[in-house]
Amino acid sequence: MIKNLVFQCFDAFFLLALSPLVIGIIRKTKARFLLKQGPSLLQPYYDLMKLFRKEVTLPDSASWLFKATPYVVFTFSWLAASLVPTFSTNLLFSKTADLIAIVALLGTARFFLSLAALDAGTSFGGLGSSRESLIASLAEPAMIMIIFTIALVAKSTDLSAISTFMISGQAGLRVSLWLALASLVLVAIAENGRIPVDNPATHLELTMIHEAMILEYSGKYLALLEVASQLKIVLYLSLVAAVFFPFGMSTMGSGISSFFIGLFTYIAKIGLGASMLGFFEILVAKMRLFKIPNFLGAAFMLALLATVLLFVSRSL
Amino acid sequence: MNEYLLKGLLFIFIFYISFVVLAKNNFRFIYWLSVCYSGFGLLCSLSFLLSGQSSQSISFPLGLPTTGAHFKIDALASFFLLIVNLGSFVSSFYGIGYGSHTSEQSRTLPFYIIFLGSMNMVLLAADAFSFLFFWELMSLSSWALVMSSHQHKETAEAGFIYILMASLGTFALLFALSLIAAPSKSYCFDQMGKVSMDGKLASLIFLLALLGAGSKAGLIPLHVWLPKAHPAAPSHVSALMSGVMTKVAVYGFIRIVFELLPSQEKWWSILILIIAGISTVVGVLYALMQHDIKRLLAYHTIENIGIVFIGIGLSMAFKIYGMTAASALAMTAALFHALNHSIFKNLLFLGSGAIQSATDQRDMEKLGGLILNMPHTAFTFLIGSVAISALPPLNGFVSEWLLMQSILQSPQLPSWGMKFLVPSVGAFLALSAALAASCFIKVYGITFLGRPRSMQSTVASETDRWSVLAMYALAFLCIIFGIFPRLVIHLLGPVVRAIAATHYFPLSAKSFFMPLSLVVDQNAYNGFVLVLLLGIFLFFILISVKWLSSNQFRRTPIWDCGYPEKSPDCQYTANSFAQPIRKVFGPFLFATKEKVVCSEPWYPKAAKMIVKLHDQIWEYLYKPVAMAIDRISEKINFLQFLTVRRYLVLVFLTLVSLLGCLAFLL
Repeated sequence: MIKNLVFQCFDAFFLLALSPLVIGIIRKTKARFLLKQGPSLLQPYYDLMKLFRKEVTLPDSASWLFKATPYVVFTFSWLAASLVPTFSTNLLFSKTADLIAIVALLGTARFFLSLAALDAGTSFGGLGSSRESLIASLAEPAMIMIIFTIALVAKSTDLSAISTFMISGQAGLRVSLWLALASLVLVAIAENGRIPVDNPATHLELTMIHEAMILEYSGKYLALLEVASQLKIVLYLSLVAAVFFPFGMSTMGSGISSFFIGLFTYIAKIGLGASMLGFFEILVAKMRLFKIPNFLGAAFMLALLATVLLFVSRSL
Repeated sequence: MNEYLLKGLLFIFIFYISFVVLAKNNFRFIYWLSVCYSGFGLLCSLSFLLSGQSSQSISFPLGLPTTGAHFKIDALASFFLLIVNLGSFVSSFYGIGYGSHTSEQSRTLPFYIIFLGSMNMVLLAADAFSFLFFWELMSLSSWALVMSSHQHKETAEAGFIYILMASLGTFALLFALSLIAAPSKSYCFDQMGKVSMDGKLASLIFLLALLGAGSKAGLIPLHVWLPKAHPAAPSHVSALMSGVMTKVAVYGFIRIVFELLPSQEKWWSILILIIAGISTVVGVLYALMQHDIKRLLAYHTIENIGIVFIGIGLSMAFKIYGMTAASALAMTAALFHALNHSIFKNLLFLGSGAIQSATDQRDMEKLGGLILNMPHTAFTFLIGSVAISALPPLNGFVSEWLLMQSILQSPQLPSWGMKFLVPSVGAFLALSAALAASCFIKVYGITFLGRPRSMQSTVASETDRWSVLAMYALAFLCIIFGIFPRLVIHLLGPVVRAIAATHYFPLSAKSFFMPLSLVVDQNAYNGFVLVLLLGIFLFFILISVKWLSSNQFRRTPIWDCGYPEKSPDCQYTANSFAQPIRKVFGPFLFATKEKVVCSEPWYPKAAKMIVKLHDQIWEYLYKPVAMAIDRISEKINFLQFLTVRRYLVLVFLTLVSLLGCLAFLL
């Protein structure tokens, strides 16, 4: 019990410490492929430290909700990320929430962030909030279809059970899982506001989505929201790793060596995932806002196809 | 004990309803009386559900000759009694404060009493006659409540459409019940379900029940009256109509289809799932397009009733194929959602009533910034918004989670139609949940946040303490049922066992508080631990941020790109918030027409954007019928102006033809 608690706490803080590095890796990869030197891998940490130390400016019209939201968003994102199995399955709180609930926790975080965007009373905030709502509404059905696919293969929506099932190799090669993986990647890109859906590096009102929502934030509040969105990227990377590439994961109760193997394979998987994301981002351009329904529609159709295949046949 | 319970309920009903004659302007007394009445009903239903006793019936020599009036309390009835009385308890509480904001109480008070009483009696009625009698009484009294502000032109139209649809519904139920009664030769519910029935006849009865109950519940395409009628009533009555009366319709449907009909056909569940799936998505999309806060909430009722019916349809499908455990799970989800919806919809309607009495506005585009002036309403409305958007850790999420889990049970269904249908219904459910979240971001963001868009919104003040108390009570329930869903599941135990023959969540003495998690096939959701963890994480963050960061802050003007624009009209509006979604779904669903009217560049005049939305169902289903009726009535209008001689000839001809028909048939 105590050991289990220690592992769970380690998992939570490990993710927190790791998440700025993931952004660093993405930025570094992008810079290197563009033949630039790019900032150091640790730059996101420096940025956060700077933001935490700075004075906060609050808009005149902001209410208590504006101040509470960074904490709410951070807490929900952090909790959701720590409930996804990373280096080990069956951690202490793995039975608290299944995959549906984890995705819904992110939904609560987004709900509050979109509200806070409307709180300042600017048109930028409303613009970001409204566009984010559109993307979320279209991504949600696709995500649920992906969950259905995975759950039908692994006979569970519990992530630890899914990972254990996938490690055991019983799933075999299935068309539906590949479709689900493709769909999950598209959904993850949209949910995290990466290129081509949103460009986190720009502050142009024609293209802003996530940045428009947090435009009025500064200082520690901005830092909290930044970490929350970094945690969200880590969450989706861990989700892909835990469901589709679960090799090397240790399980609770096995020895210390398997723990270290699990940890190192996890770091390797996340590093690889982050650099692939960075590589992908230099290949495509940001798309128009009203092309996003097509993008997410494709994700939904892939996932629906996967689910229907499973409903129709047990082996596809 | 149950005998006394039922007798007590009936006695209290008679006592309560007799106060109709006194109900004029002493609204405080009447609402306190209603609070006591529904409080008593609440206690009765709780004690019945918790004691787990068998049903109890009683009959009076009233009603139809030779039949009498039968009343019965059983698990199903008492669960819906719980929903009805919980809603009316809080709404009556709210009414004590709300009454002081409005004049002309005598227009609402007597009907309020009849409305509350008749909803209770529909649930207790155990024969076809009293069921229909109280059903119609419920419709008529709610119609009178809708018409209480009859001076508005919109209200008159709403009332007209409502009474038409309500009559249609009762008419359909009348046929359904008499068709069941005919083979069993009895109007009493106890004997009606016992006779085996031809499949085609049963299907006809099912369709009639779906028409009757579905029109009252607001399933698409029978929903047209609902978004007109519900907002027209005073807010606490809107809350009751939307949150509670629709549940009475759900009760009627379950009672007729699951209990009075001996068996179910396979295609029924397919039909229910299709209608319910469409209702969820279309209902929430319509809601997104509204700017009138009460009408928006009414459209959300259509969505939530759709969700309840998805559960009912799944439960029926599982039952037909003999998967009783899955059937119990789906029914648990449906009933849980029915209770949840009654709680948060009441809460939101009461909140909108508080806004309306504080600002005299229902149009969101003229509100804004209310979180500063109405902190309690704002806080409770936020809880309601999170709950209705099916977000954890509140109660709305628990029922949707259960429904998702029951959808995951469906691959074992042998039917091919179901194999394709159920995943799409799951996608519809997810889409509607996400759209509901968008919709409530819009409602909350435009109404409570930002800068005030009108004078009334700037000077608004918090509503009275009774209303605030009522809203806090409901918000508390949203949180409690989200953290301890087992409480509701425990209450639902006997109900689900009565309908689905088994219970998914095994009842043991331990299961009341421990374990707190819901487990379906090893998939767990534990609201309590989740909230605990959230608390610990939040605490940690608060401490470390305080330690780590500077605590300096200052207030500054918002970022305006260097072009200061003081007018609050520059904020995002409800209309502009919904624009991307309207652009994606609109052309198909509403045949939207957007037109931007710009004046010539040399002629300075405000540009205008005109958006036209059409309710396609209204255009293609109801308008043709209405036009046909118009045309026919025009054709036979001349019959109104005949001489007496001609009328006599007509009477004679009618008699002869009727006798001829009889001779032919017998």
